[in-house]
Amino acid sequence: MSAITLKVNGQTHTLDLDPATPLLYALSDDLELRGPKFGCGLGQCGACAVIVKGQAIRSCITPVRSVAGADITTLEGLGTPEKPHPLQRAFIEEQAAQCGFCLNGVILTAKAFLDKNPKATEQEIQQALSNVLCRCFTSVRMLRAIQKAGQEMAR
Amino acid sequence: MKGLTPQARAALGRRDFLKGAGALIVTFSSTGLRTAEAQFGGPMPGAPPMNQLDSWIAVAADGSVTAYSGKEELGQGIATAQTQLVAEELSVPFNRVTLIYCDTALTPDQAYTAGSQSHPANFNRGNLAQAAASARETLVRLASERLNVPVDQLTAVDGTVRSKTDPSKSVTYAQLIGGKKFSVTVNANAKRKPASEWTILGKPIHRPDLPELATGRFEFVHNVRVPGMLHGKVVRPPAVGATVIRVDEDSVKNVPGLVKVVVKKNFVGVVAQKPYQAIQAATQLKVEWSRGSGLPSQADFYQHMRTLPSRDTLMVDSKDVDQKLAAASTVLKATYLHPYQMHGSMGSSCAVADIQGEKATIWSPTQGVWYQKTTCAMLLGLKPENIHVVFRRGSGCYGLNGADTVTYDAAILSQAVGKPVRVQLSRKDEMAWENYGNAYVIDEQAGLDSNGNIAVWSHESWSPTLGNRPGPGTPGNIITGYLAGFAPQPFAPRSPAPPPANYNNNANAVPSYVAGNVGGRSRGTGKIQSERVLVRNVESPFWTGPLRSPNRLQNTFAHESFLDEIASHVKADPVAFRLKHLSDPRLIDVVKEVAKAANWETRPSPQPVNKSARVVRGRGMACVLYEGDNGYSALVAEAEVNQETGKVTVRRLFVCNDVGPVSNPDGLRNQIEGGALQGISRALLEEVTWDDQKVTSIDWRTYRTLPVGFEVPKIEAVLLNRPEEEATGAGETSITVAAAALGNAIFDATGARLRQIPFTPERVKAALAARA
Repeated sequence: MSAITLKVNGQTHTLDLDPATPLLYALSDDLELRGPKFGCGLGQCGACAVIVKGQAIRSCITPVRSVAGADITTLEGLGTPEKPHPLQRAFIEEQAAQCGFCLNGVILTAKAFLDKNPKATEQEIQQALSNVLCRCFTSVRMLRAIQKAGQEMAR
Repeated sequence: MKGLTPQARAALGRRDFLKGAGALIVTFSSTGLRTAEAQFGGPMPGAPPMNQLDSWIAVAADGSVTAYSGKEELGQGIATAQTQLVAEELSVPFNRVTLIYCDTALTPDQAYTAGSQSHPANFNRGNLAQAAASARETLVRLASERLNVPVDQLTAVDGTVRSKTDPSKSVTYAQLIGGKKFSVTVNANAKRKPASEWTILGKPIHRPDLPELATGRFEFVHNVRVPGMLHGKVVRPPAVGATVIRVDEDSVKNVPGLVKVVVKKNFVGVVAQKPYQAIQAATQLKVEWSRGSGLPSQADFYQHMRTLPSRDTLMVDSKDVDQKLAAASTVLKATYLHPYQMHGSMGSSCAVADIQGEKATIWSPTQGVWYQKTTCAMLLGLKPENIHVVFRRGSGCYGLNGADTVTYDAAILSQAVGKPVRVQLSRKDEMAWENYGNAYVIDEQAGLDSNGNIAVWSHESWSPTLGNRPGPGTPGNIITGYLAGFAPQPFAPRSPAPPPANYNNNANAVPSYVAGNVGGRSRGTGKIQSERVLVRNVESPFWTGPLRSPNRLQNTFAHESFLDEIASHVKADPVAFRLKHLSDPRLIDVVKEVAKAANWETRPSPQPVNKSARVVRGRGMACVLYEGDNGYSALVAEAEVNQETGKVTVRRLFVCNDVGPVSNPDGLRNQIEGGALQGISRALLEEVTWDDQKVTSIDWRTYRTLPVGFEVPKIEAVLLNRPEEEATGAGETSITVAAAALGNAIFDATGARLRQIPFTPERVKAALAARA
């Protein structure tokens, strides 16, 4: 165990953890955040995504020591129910969810991608989401929401 | 249910459930049906009485309404629809209604939330709908007494009852009953609002959970936190049938945070302070297991099933099938194969249990809180009345995923340490041990008359089963209960099958095109009079259970592919040929409507085959009346086939649904879209695999699924609203027809017939090579 400093959604936390602990457990257990989720624990599905240095990374396979001190953004950090991020607002407007368990990975992966590719085409967005799963298969609505938000974010 | 009066249907609520969620029980054995009826005969002791209005509706002092339901939100949107129902029937604004569902301390026992039965159970002539209508009727009567105005001169609007003629005379629900009980029984004759007066039902109202879901605030069961909560992990056997010989507790004594190693017969688990410590302990724990019992070869499995002792059930038998086949001018035969598939929930299953001495509180994503109460009592040796089960949403389950089993895991581990314990399964533990959707071998046979019409249809299937939903008393139906020492429901071979006594569509084992003649009545949806449907269940080496459109999808894949094969043989247009053999007007309508939406070109399949073109395109259709009485669906798929690589790309999907009165058109569209794409993923990619000892499809590399971003087809959903009809289920309709429509589209494009799911590039290439 050792003291690890994590900067999450602009707040600094010092936690006493095994440095090998995957970041996901620090976020969802120690900090009780509800955005990042355990889907597979293997970096295959995206449910655990967080944004670090502009990249959507898989927190279930990222040791906390490798992100100590870095700015970490979770789904909570993007916006609130009262003041949602354009992507979150588009998902609500398009009713782009069923069970909603995958939304964390879908929205954060889209955010990191659109930030770098504001003029992305439909095909490019699909490509960017080709490593993220939704087993309710709400794909049609999700891709529509992402395109809609992308247009707003590019303005 | 067809042919019954609405009142009779309402009275049959439990049977509806049996037919739907419990259909596997029915499939499993007909004695099982009797047993299950006895077991599921009525609400559990201690459940709020179904006939009391206060069990369903409460009006608070501020006029806000709380409704209690036994049908839960699994992601399918039913909580929104039920809230609309209550708001509509009670005449209160949507946002004044809070819906509480599936908490054994609070809500009525409505058995499982499964089998597309939530709409039939709660939106027709009974239960939640009738309770809300009764509440409004009661409030109007109370207002009549208070205002001294006759009931027929009063109207209820936005939580206020007022005189139609004198606006000064009004009284709010809060004034009438706020904070007090109704203390009346549900009036089965209370007048429901006609759909023509709906202002809340029938509208695309947004789901109230979306803002929290999209911003990471929503509490899934995975987020339940209890003071003093510890974390558990299970250690499952390395092979099917392996048993514990020895557990070396010393092997984990150096793991930080370890609280306890728990062994209960063949159940092994660990409890630790933190999740990662529990994972480390579970990984490091040395357990000596016996060899597994061995598994049949996957390569020969479909053939192997035919050789096993079977339990046979005849659904229909006109007793002239062999004779008619012998006399037919042409006989066509085909065999269709469907693999075991898994629920493959996005999040592995999770539950939290707090067992303190004789008392237990359990937070579970189960589809049946009341059966968790009774089966956890068996597992833990507690009294059911001392167990409180609270539903919390898990990741979408699509049926019997790991939700129930992980609840048992958490309960056993919590009892062992006397503290609350949270367990989330690993991806492998979820995938290797869930109750899979059934594999199938289906032999179809049809005889044609001299005009090319189908005169006789025979269907014979083999399907393996083991375990099922636990029900009220069979914890051994799922892996944890079995490991802890309980047996699954027994398998009893029976052959030959007794003649059918009552008509049962049996999970669409009966094709849409036969008459369904049993006991002098025709209950099917088709015209073919010579009919035989023989279902053979065999024992499965793996656990099985309901997976979205259980057995209905597999049977429909065979029927709708075969119908297409026959149409092609007689050079008939596949839509026209379907219509020729159907008798049910609503099924005929969805077929016609979807053909219209898809701009269907009337001609036989396949189109003129061009073997040298790299990519060819075709269209295919399939239709179903889900489980014979629970939702009409027809789907047209347009797909491209790359004849060099065997890759199939779905370009457009058209779906027409008739599910009676539409509660929420956007919610219905969402279910249709998701169901159709899940059906495409299952048709193209999904298959459980195993070696001689264990399941080998244990993650998303070894069990393939379509991701969010692929070449996503355009989907157009056509909703046939039928406000005058009874509400049916909707969530399992489009998925039922997707695979067959896609297979038919591949045939139309290439002339190659795919009879085995999934349609992998290798299988497509093999079928292309086998073309004449």
